[in-house]
Amino acid sequence: MRSEVREALIAKLTALADDEVILAHRNSEWVGHGPILEEDIALANIVQDELGHATLWYGLRQQLDGSDPDQLAFFRDANEYRCCELVELPKGDWAFTMLRQYLFDLYEALWLEAARHSTYQPLADAVQKIIREERFHLQHTQAWVERLGQGTEESNRRLQQALEMQWSYAQQLFVPIPGEELLVAEGIVPDLAPIKERWLEHSTRHLQAAGLKLPINPGYQPTSRAYHTEHLWSLLAEMQSTARWDAEAKVW
Amino acid sequence: MTALPSTEQVWKALAQIPDPEIPVINVVEMGIVRGVEIEGNKATITMTPTFSGCPALHLIREQLERTVRALGFDPVEVKTVLSPAWSTDWISPEAKERLRQYGIAPPKPRGAQDFLIELEAAPTPCPRCGSLNTSVKNTFGPTLCKAIYVCNNCQEPFESFKTV
Repeated sequence: MRSEVREALIAKLTALADDEVILAHRNSEWVGHGPILEEDIALANIVQDELGHATLWYGLRQQLDGSDPDQLAFFRDANEYRCCELVELPKGDWAFTMLRQYLFDLYEALWLEAARHSTYQPLADAVQKIIREERFHLQHTQAWVERLGQGTEESNRRLQQALEMQWSYAQQLFVPIPGEELLVAEGIVPDLAPIKERWLEHSTRHLQAAGLKLPINPGYQPTSRAYHTEHLWSLLAEMQSTARWDAEAKVW
Repeated sequence: MTALPSTEQVWKALAQIPDPEIPVINVVEMGIVRGVEIEGNKATITMTPTFSGCPALHLIREQLERTVRALGFDPVEVKTVLSPAWSTDWISPEAKERLRQYGIAPPKPRGAQDFLIELEAAPTPCPRCGSLNTSVKNTFGPTLCKAIYVCNNCQEPFESFKTV
């Protein structure tokens, strides 16, 4: 593999893993606080799956540059993280959390579907693994969007409010990272443009069927994954504190 | 010097290791152990994860290593492979029946799946009374691999293995 392609792949794998880790940590804040026990369990399951996916992505990076996944997760500062801003936003209410997870799951499912035929075999193998888990997530969050959108006036209002905040943030999922075009040219990762089209088509249809209105005002749309919201600093402070107190802690 | 066990004997020893979360079936029946290779004193075990985030994986890996070491092999290597991705189709028919007796509805045959459109191919029968009049209570359960159902006939809640 040419060195610039390798560098781009390392960066892409980092971005994929970072999104999963940060979103998983955000959603783990609901553990013990879910609206009902079943949902507490369901979200904890989703979180555990997303952490599993992050482990696979960091593992692929490790094969390329020998970096240690735990070091990457627990000893990088916010400036070094390459997650998108959508996953950093505070968990908000249940509608906010479910909508974000739905928008992310739909993106992830479509990305994985397109990445199945990656020319980089380790990535294609990881995709086959992840895809089987992801469909359960999408099924679950899709149903929640419908339930809240068509539920009561209050649940619809809250979901609409969440949509107005998140819609433009979600567009960052489809902004290629620097060098991504090299990976697309080599068939290692899929082109984001057609995935975005499918995502827009699916999400628009589902959100409208749930009784929501797509925001007309485009709002703030983050572009570079090198920049983050202020929320990432406090999230990492909490997430990394144990590892930074005692890096050798091997038992959880 | 005593002879080391054969590959077949290693498989047999590994089949004594119960799945940490579902103790009625062992890790071989579960389809987690993919290969045993012996080269002189060295044994290489290949395993594949069920769910990528399954917390039992570390424990399974340790138990595989310990079991093979106890047979006299040294060094012992436990390799993890992702491909082909684990499927519930690999769980043996006998193990599926034991799952049912244990109260967990076994996974259905996987077949072709379009993952964006999720259709229940066949209803999930209650593992206790066999009724097909059951409904999903939660698509996620106490472990990553299971969902929660309730039987509308005998009123019992039960766990069902996800088909992957």
